[in-house]
Order: sequence, then structure tokens, then C-alpha cells
Amino acid sequence: MKPVYFDNNATTACDPAVVEAMLPFFTEQFGNASSIHSFGNQVGQAIKQAREQIQALLGAAQDSEIIFTSGGTESDNTAILSALKAQPERSQIITTVVEHPAVLALCDRLEKEGYVVHKLRVDKRGRLDIDEYRSLLNDRVAIVSVMWANNETGTIFPVEEMAEYANAMGIQFHTDAVQAVGKIPLDLKRSKIDMLSLSGHKLHAPKGIGVLYLRRGTGFRPLLRGGQQERGRRPGTENSPAIIGLGRAAELAMRNIGTENSDVRFLRDKLERGILAQVQHAFPTGDLGNRLPNTSNIAFEYVEGEGILLLLNKLGIAASSGSACTSGSLEPSHVMRAMGIPYTAAHGSIRFSLSRYNTQEEVERVIAAVPPIIAQLRQISPYWGEAGPVKDAAQMFAPVYA
Amino acid sequence: MLKVDAETDTIQDARFQTFGCGSAIASSSALTELVKGKTLDEALVISNQDIAAFLGGLPPEKMHCSVMGREALQAAIANYRGESWRDDHEEGELICKCYAIDSALIEEVVRANNLTTVEEVTNYTKAGGACASCHEKIEEELTRILASQGKTFTAAGASAPAVTVAPVVTSVAAESPVPVPEGKPKLTNLQRMRKIEEVVEAIRPALQRDHGDIEIVDIIGKNIYVNLKGACMGCALEAATLGGIQQKLFEALGEYVRLLPASQLEMAR
Repeated sequence: MKPVYFDNNATTACDPAVVEAMLPFFTEQFGNASSIHSFGNQVGQAIKQAREQIQALLGAAQDSEIIFTSGGTESDNTAILSALKAQPERSQIITTVVEHPAVLALCDRLEKEGYVVHKLRVDKRGRLDIDEYRSLLNDRVAIVSVMWANNETGTIFPVEEMAEYANAMGIQFHTDAVQAVGKIPLDLKRSKIDMLSLSGHKLHAPKGIGVLYLRRGTGFRPLLRGGQQERGRRPGTENSPAIIGLGRAAELAMRNIGTENSDVRFLRDKLERGILAQVQHAFPTGDLGNRLPNTSNIAFEYVEGEGILLLLNKLGIAASSGSACTSGSLEPSHVMRAMGIPYTAAHGSIRFSLSRYNTQEEVERVIAAVPPIIAQLRQISPYWGEAGPVKDAAQMFAPVYA
Repeated sequence: MLKVDAETDTIQDARFQTFGCGSAIASSSALTELVKGKTLDEALVISNQDIAAFLGGLPPEKMHCSVMGREALQAAIANYRGESWRDDHEEGELICKCYAIDSALIEEVVRANNLTTVEEVTNYTKAGGACASCHEKIEEELTRILASQGKTFTAAGASAPAVTVAPVVTSVAAESPVPVPEGKPKLTNLQRMRKIEEVVEAIRPALQRDHGDIEIVDIIGKNIYVNLKGACMGCALEAATLGGIQQKLFEALGEYVRLLPASQLEMAR
């Protein structure tokens, strides 16, 4: 049976049209865009077109505001480190507890080096407290870095509003929009967002290509030093096939943004309702009314996520889990913990993330597959009795968080 | 859950419950298969390595799953015998993935032996001895532990940097002679061989603990040919083991030597 891919927040399939657009740039169009001869010149023209396609998707004012990078992680690191370098008198960072590791691990490192990092907390639905955020803004803050949409729950943060407040205080604002681009309509020229990270492989372009949007006039220091590529802001010979693929993917994303918010949303809702109607002791996590149209994160209580994933995988169904049991500490994902989801539920949280390539038939297959798997795993769970959760489960068996 | 024949002390049936990942489920299931038909005493000697081996191996970050299985068995048997059993197993963040060493073990060893450098941590725990990508994490652990003792971690060690760090020798540099440190008299051939033997003998107990062994086959100039035996043979960390011994020989002899598997002896002749 054809496999079902419901893990599009992890990575997406490269669109055939994207592959087609890229192929000539591996073979006859191999030139270096910086070269003066026709080999290079044609590649340069194609990169220019890709830059304009991405400018259009982001609603950026200038095409020179688009800087090609190797992906989301590089864009995030460049943005934050640049803000600190460009404004040495400012040594504070504001971010959130639920950011991607590309931001969180860097901030943890910077904290050890002496920078002050404020991490905004979230409530049990994964929402920020805007008053808390505003109270933290001061002239020692170099940059605010807040994701547009959360990769695990799809919860959307009010980054446009937050950027306004930062801007009023002269603070740079960066957003990791890796999950949001292509699903939320963007019009950056009308916002006060200074920097934005985008990753190609989350929107049906290849891996290893991304963008840092840099508003004209924003103080900037490159992460790498070298040649004049990307106006010296990201030196290194351009990854021309991937850049051209990303341009084509941006064009397709723009055309399909309606589909994402109608058809894909319909499939996601059908999936979530279908599963919850059959499985007791399960609930969706995140800000349900304000999340990405493709993401559903369901916590199945009293079972562990990896077991669910392995059994789903046997049926050809791909999803992902908020449980990462890589040491004895039994720690579920930082996002689940931040929302205060009890560990008996956080470990059983499964993320289904759809794309415009998924079908109704696939959704029905997954709805049929999940309930028996949960029932099977609950049979071996110490938290589950004959027909429901055991009483005082927490006292019976209580692993400690590290 | 164990079903035990009270007459013979034999386990007739075993079942498990787990709130754990795929490896935890597999380890528990493997253990229940392993113990059936065994006496309680026989069951108690099953190690977590036995469980992992039954499954055809477990990745390092999942080895603790097999430990959990063994501990559950110990607890169950203690319960059956009316004894008390205490979980003395503590786990921290996994630091070294090559040797599956976590922060709890590193902290314990660092405190017990007053270690101050990454090199010492590697010598005592093996952590960081293979791919070396966890050295930053080990430095962070040392920084934290030493700070709690009122000391400061520096890359050269918390105390005065008296130890000279031997240069890292790569195979590219293999042919270039390493100068004998001044003031060290040149060894006679016999003294040199004895020294080599001495160093290797000192290492053998550590290898034997891991069910491996080593023997010297021949010494030709700078090349020392050895046989790795037992668990060392074909081990993924064979190169790291050889590298570590080579480093020790290098330090003891004060000259560059190359440790090679005896299989390469043919080529040399």
C-alpha cells in the first residue's frame, strides 16, 4: 500500500516542478553566477528571478532584502549574532521557551558567555503573555527573536504586533517563520519585522537552502566573511540549483496558500475529529483556534509516543512524536513541558502535519489505524487497567524529570 | 510479573508492563523471554548487555532501556523473596554517545578522583575517547562541577598546568621522526621491548574487563604489531582503542611508534 506521509513539519517532498526547474543548473547551466561570461551570466539571471519570486511570497519591499543561506538554522544564528555584534552596547535577548533549538541552543550558549536571555513563558494552550513581553522591552535589549508558528503544535504567535512594540523601543525584531511561510499570507513591507528566517525544505523545495530576510537599513554584521556574494552579507559561491528550486517553490506556495487554508485545513480537522471521536483519554494540544492549518498535535494519555510511531510505521504511516527518550531522564519535548502537559500525556503526543499532497483517503486510513494501536499499547502500560486509567497512577509509577 | 515454581525456584512465566519507547518495549520483551525456564539465581546474573545482545544490539542512547529491564527483574525477584530493593541507578544527560557515558557518571568520577581536565575524564570514564565531539560538553560539566568546589576550570586543568600534552599524531605525520625529549637516555633494544611490554600489560586488565584482550606479536622498527582478541576484535572502536594504546606507548617511550594489527605483518615482510 502507498505510504502516508503526515510529517510535513519535519520536511516536505520536493515538488516535481521544483526538481524540473533545478535540473538544468546541475548540468548545462553549471556556471558561477559571479563570472562575466555567458555561462555565469545566465545563472545570475535565474538567481535574480528566484530572488524576486521569494520577495513576492514574503511581501518584501526590495529584492535585495532576500539573502540566501543554507537553511533555517543558519538564518536564525546569523540574525541573532548579527544583532549582538552590530549593537555592542546592547547585551540582552528576548525569546520564548518554545523556540526551535536553532534559537534556543544558541541563546543558551550566549547566556554562558554573559548575555542576558529572557525567555517568555507560555500558558497551557501555548500562548504568550503580551504584557509580560512589553514589560521586558528596554534599551539594553539587542534583539527579540520569536517564532511565527510553533513546529510542534502549529500555534501562531502575534509576531507582527510584537514587532511594533520592539520597533517603538528601537529593538531589532527577528522571527523564525520556517513553519509559517507558505501557510500564512505574509506582507513584510507593511510590518516592523526586521529579520525573518525561511527554510526551503519545509515548503517543497530542497534541503540545504534557506533565506534570511533583512529589512533595508537594519544594522547587520555577516556571520561569514568572504566574497561579494549576497552583497557580502553571506559570502560563498551560490548554491544555484537549490536557489532556483526555492524560487520555483515560493511561486507555487504563493499560488497554493488558499489551498493550504481551505483543503488542507479541512483534511486536518477531519483527521483530528475522526481520531478524537474514537479514542478516549486523548486531547489536542496548542492554541486550537489559532494554529497552522496543516498541524494537529494530539496527546494520547498513558502511552509512549515512540511505540505509536513504530506501529504506525508498520502500516506505512509517517508522523512524529513529542517524546524523545534519549537518556534515562524521560524528558518529553520542551514545548509540551512548557505548556504544563502532564508527562503521561506529553510522552504520548503525536504530531500529524499534512500538506497539499495529502488526500481524504489517506486521512481515513489514519483514522482507522490509530485507535487499535493506542488500545494495544495501553494494554502494556502500567498506567492503564482493564478498561481505563488506573487510580493514583502517579503514585504507583513516577519517573522524575531530570 | 513472575510466575515462580516454589519447589525448584524456576521462573515458569514472565510478563511486563512499560511506559516506554520502542527500545524499552523490546528490552522488556527480550528479558521475559530470557528468564523463562531459569532459576531465580540464574535470572539474576542476566546483564543488560545480555538483553541488548539478545536484540542484536541497541544504540548507545537506548542502552539505558536494557538497564531498566534488568532493574525491574531485580526488583521483582526481591519482592518475591521478601527482600527490599533499592534503585541506586541514577542517570543524567547522555554526554558521550560513543561509549554511552552520562553526566551522572562523569560527575561521580570527577568528584571521587578530583579530576580537572577533559583528558583525565577520558582516561577514567572513556567519555570523549572516540569521536571527541562531546569534549565541549565535558568541559561544561567540569566547569560546573569545579565551580561547585570553588575552583575554576581552564582547558589546561584547574591546577597549574604541569602536564605536557603530547602532540596529536596523525597517520600523515607517521613517517616524520619525533625527536626524543632531551634528557631522556636512549633505550637499548631490550629495554625498549620490555617497556613496550610493560605498557601493554598495564592496559590489559581494562580490556579484559570489557571481555577483550591484546597481545604483542612483533616489533619491527617503529611498528608494533598486535592482535586484538575477544570483544575487541572487530569492535567499532578498535581504531580508538589502538589509538589510545599507541598514545600511551608514545608517552612512555618518548618516541613515535605505530600500533598496527598483526594482519598487516604479512605486508611488512
